[in-house]
Amino acid sequence: MSAKITPMRSAAESALIERFPALKAALPGLASAREDAFATFAAAGLPTRRVEAWKYTDLRAAMREAAPLAIRPNAAEIAVALKGHSPLAGQGAVTLSFVNGYHVATKGGPPNGVSITPLAEALTGGHPLLSKIGALKLAQGDLALSLNTAFMTDGAIIHVAEDANVEGPIALRFVTSGATAVATAARVLMVVEAGATVMLVESHEGQGALAHQPNTAFEIIAGDKSVVHHVRLGLNSTGAVALSTLTADLGAETSLTSVNVALTGAVTRHQVFARFSGGNARAQINGATLLSSTQHADSTLVVEHAAEPGGESRELFRTIVDDEAAGVFQGKIIVQPHAQKTDGRMASNAVLLSEGAAMYNKPELEIFADDVACAHGATCGALDDELLFYLMSRGITKAEAEALMIESFVGAAIDFIDHEPIRDILHGLVQDWLQARAARLNAGALTVS
Amino acid sequence: MLDIRNLHVKIADEDKQILNGLTLKVHRGEVAAIMGPNGSGKSTLSYVIAGKPDYEVTDGEVLLDGVNILEMAPDARAAAGLFLAFQYPMEIPGVATMTFLKAAMNAQRKQRGQAELTTPDFIKRVNKAAELLGIPKDMLRRPLNVGFSGGEKKRMEILQMTLLEPKMSIMDETDSGLDIDALKIVAEGVNARRDPAHAFLVITHYQRLLDYIKPDTVHVMSRGQIVKTGGAELALELEANGYRDYQSAA
Amino acid sequence: MPAVQETIDQVKAIDVSEYKYGFITDVEMEKPAKGLTEATVRYISARKNEPAWMLDWRLDAFRRWKTMTEPTWARVSYPEIDFQDIYYYAAPKMNGAPKSLDEVDPAILDAYKKLGIPLREQEILAGVEPQNRVAVDAVFDSVSVVTTFRAELAKAGVIFCSISDALQEHPELVRKYIGTVVPVTDNYYATLNSAVFTDGSFVFIPKGVRCPMELSTYFRINEKNTGQFERTLIIAEEGSYVSYLEGCTAPQRDENQLHAAVVELITMDNAEIKYSTVQNWYPGDANGKGGIYNFVTKRGDCRGKNSKISWTQVETGSAITWKYPSCILRGDGSRGEFYSIAVSNGMQQVDSGTKMIHLGKNTTSRIISKGISAGRSQNTYRGLVSAHRKATNARNFTNCDSLLIGNQCGAHTVPYIESKTSTATFEHEATTSKISEDQLFYCMQRGLSAEDATALIVNGFVKDVLQQLPMEFAVEAQKLISISLEGSVG
Repeated sequence: MSAKITPMRSAAESALIERFPALKAALPGLASAREDAFATFAAAGLPTRRVEAWKYTDLRAAMREAAPLAIRPNAAEIAVALKGHSPLAGQGAVTLSFVNGYHVATKGGPPNGVSITPLAEALTGGHPLLSKIGALKLAQGDLALSLNTAFMTDGAIIHVAEDANVEGPIALRFVTSGATAVATAARVLMVVEAGATVMLVESHEGQGALAHQPNTAFEIIAGDKSVVHHVRLGLNSTGAVALSTLTADLGAETSLTSVNVALTGAVTRHQVFARFSGGNARAQINGATLLSSTQHADSTLVVEHAAEPGGESRELFRTIVDDEAAGVFQGKIIVQPHAQKTDGRMASNAVLLSEGAAMYNKPELEIFADDVACAHGATCGALDDELLFYLMSRGITKAEAEALMIESFVGAAIDFIDHEPIRDILHGLVQDWLQARAARLNAGALTVS
Repeated sequence: MLDIRNLHVKIADEDKQILNGLTLKVHRGEVAAIMGPNGSGKSTLSYVIAGKPDYEVTDGEVLLDGVNILEMAPDARAAAGLFLAFQYPMEIPGVATMTFLKAAMNAQRKQRGQAELTTPDFIKRVNKAAELLGIPKDMLRRPLNVGFSGGEKKRMEILQMTLLEPKMSIMDETDSGLDIDALKIVAEGVNARRDPAHAFLVITHYQRLLDYIKPDTVHVMSRGQIVKTGGAELALELEANGYRDYQSAA
Repeated sequence: MPAVQETIDQVKAIDVSEYKYGFITDVEMEKPAKGLTEATVRYISARKNEPAWMLDWRLDAFRRWKTMTEPTWARVSYPEIDFQDIYYYAAPKMNGAPKSLDEVDPAILDAYKKLGIPLREQEILAGVEPQNRVAVDAVFDSVSVVTTFRAELAKAGVIFCSISDALQEHPELVRKYIGTVVPVTDNYYATLNSAVFTDGSFVFIPKGVRCPMELSTYFRINEKNTGQFERTLIIAEEGSYVSYLEGCTAPQRDENQLHAAVVELITMDNAEIKYSTVQNWYPGDANGKGGIYNFVTKRGDCRGKNSKISWTQVETGSAITWKYPSCILRGDGSRGEFYSIAVSNGMQQVDSGTKMIHLGKNTTSRIISKGISAGRSQNTYRGLVSAHRKATNARNFTNCDSLLIGNQCGAHTVPYIESKTSTATFEHEATTSKISEDQLFYCMQRGLSAEDATALIVNGFVKDVLQQLPMEFAVEAQKLISISLEGSVG
């Protein structure tokens, strides 16, 4: 241990600190929340590996420059941004489109029982649910979320009425676009009243290779006995440094399923903070990540069981790492003293496909109650040789056999999505990834021979 | 030997009543069978007699040779000569079966004021009993019940009964999950101990076990009470007609 | 009342004064003034008549230590330690090192006798088969008072002596190896130890020798306000083998005492060191008053091909344990093992685990950790498994299980698993649970009391680790675990 060093401000940190006063004056609403959040950031700076929660993702190094916060796009820019095909197009009963963090279009009317207000409108004109933004203590102090709070530009407040059984998913499409790299800060709050059932789908699409810096945050407050399905697709620009946060506050006997599929982006970090505030809630939180080239992807998860009975949490994270890429899983299950009967099981499994690939696993248990059954497992290694051999002995080529194994491996995390067309689309994206890999391998083989 | 009087039992911390004034006597030297449909309270009865903490006795008493045992801890009841062969014997990882047997035998001897067994004497007794029950030696070295098949677990229960020499044995659905060979071995284990000094209460859902362990008395249990008592022929009647008559009778 | 509830109540009522080794030995001691300055370091070195290079090494460490801060990442909390309020050297008064046991204060011999460690060879020999003999280095506060069987071991070429003697008799060996596994600036406490270490054991097993008996060191802190800073260095040359045991106790005192040791192990090609610890420092009373702060750096370097280092620890004592016996798997085909039982009760805090650093090809490691928390204690497993780029085919299996007794304690698991090669295979599993009510009832139905049933189940829980200990130690350890959970397991 060496003496405490107060590091010099990096260029990105200095730029953010310099810009905040002017932005604060320009950005609508929640001034004191923005100030507090920014103060949290300013005190700590961009996290490095010295910060335990960021042990395997050095954000300070990844974000050398702070890209300027995007301004609201004009009609021409919007048209360019939305031109491309969205993998999840047409899946939402209602689809909200965002360009560079600003709401630009809504397709379809809100389903029965649902009301949607663009966040910018709510921030300017006021909204009864505004006070719920940033309310989850478990996530407070987190640096990615603090930055989002300080700079949030737009997003949505979604309210789902009591006992509503919402038809079709509510879809949100976020596109980052432009001639130069920008930072975005979209924020979505969804309050689900007791007994309601709803599905929320977010997709993040970035065009080209620019080093955009999207930072999005979704907050879900689930009332007693509600059922919430959540799907997130990360298809950032290949140069992106992308941060995303999901917070979930679960009432009694709620059920939450959240699946994150992470594919592109130079450095990405998806974090989940889930709190079991009511008794006997259930959560299934999954991640499927496929990495190649020099990508770095971090999945960080904190699940807090804070009520009795402590409920049941299941986490399943599957990571495929190829080339020189690196995967990170940090998962922590906390069981508070009174959260008896908690049943928590967390698994992180990674397959490394190439010599240069790396995986960092940190599965933690923090348990203060005695009548619990908690477990975690973490594995990492190459594809199972024996299974590969078995498949090949049946006449399947090595490449095909590997593809089959990879697909079923990450598919296990995707299969929890209770919506067949969306599940199929995501499986399709995994297949696309595998085809791209096969093409790379073929090209490589050609160069060698 | 076993005298159960007007026993009322509910699950602790819940309002669910399971036994509703059950009265039953098992005499020295008698083999009594309790038959009844699922959910009639058969397993609860065996647990309450043995002192499982999850139940609350709201009324009645259970006397073993005239002594009310309901206030006694489970280990004291065991030392008093009560044995329960569990329907689902527990696995205890890391504890060798031999270690467990020795601990149990000596704990009971100590409570009864007897000297502890010497190791050679202990091994001799175990080997003899194991041989009779067809229990291989390697099973005795493995952790208790861990990885044992259903049949092996049940045989292990009979081995324990043989070694602990209880005067009153309760067999809770000992026949469930057993093939015919294992069933015979278990029955022989019980029959070998049948004499005027010992008594058995055999709880079962099917007549099958009673082909091998001939009961002196058969009680029919339904909704937490004994609703009919008869001889061995009652079991055959139940086998033919089912429990329907008794379920409505209670 | 449910049996588990009874058990919990008994644990709550527990007074850690059940500690059986809490007596104080009255011996006239020689101590410099309290506090740590360069003069303290010079005093210790001079008192031991050390070569100049050793003093320079210590002074360098001291200078570096002054620039460092205490680590804060472990899950332990304690009031700030006043490093100027500690005696850094305390030795029984005598003129020079004792030439024979007759020169050792009888009170000290008596103390070891009370602890069950006879130091007179003839007493040890009586009734013990030669293959069961154990050689003992007895360290009392800051000095080694005696090392048994030195002559007999020397016949086999084995050097077993205090590190002070080694600095006199084999300075070249000490100089060659000290600080090569745990560098001077490795961490705050290791650096402190490097500056002020007073005694400890030195073992050298020459090429091809299988050490003819178990070696052991018995550490006793006796004097109050005194820190113990021992240093142990074990070198196993090519193809050699040694099994080494370590035991520790201290009197019951109201103040906290610091124990900051450094242990370095080195194995060359095909060599093996098996290192076992039964740590039973005074844990403090039921309210957390007093007890040892056990801040220890232990590391093994599998320097040679196919070499092996195995750590086994039974940790029942200390107010705070901060300790991560680790293996650097440098040689191709080398193997590291860590077997641990950590029992915490009362107000104890344990933050312990291991690091397995895979550097060589085909290296393997295995971690089995069993934590038992009772009372109001906090028990953390913290571990690192890493495979570097060149560690092809590295393998690790980790299993860490925690058992909670009572609802006021905590059990935590913090593993770091880092793989930088696709050919490495790492498997990690962890569970946390309590003793099941059904298991207890089953045992009691067979006649076991609640306490005996709990003890039986706990012993089953830790069995995989107990099996790793040499027989006599295993029995001792089993008793110790029962005593540590006294109240719950009689």
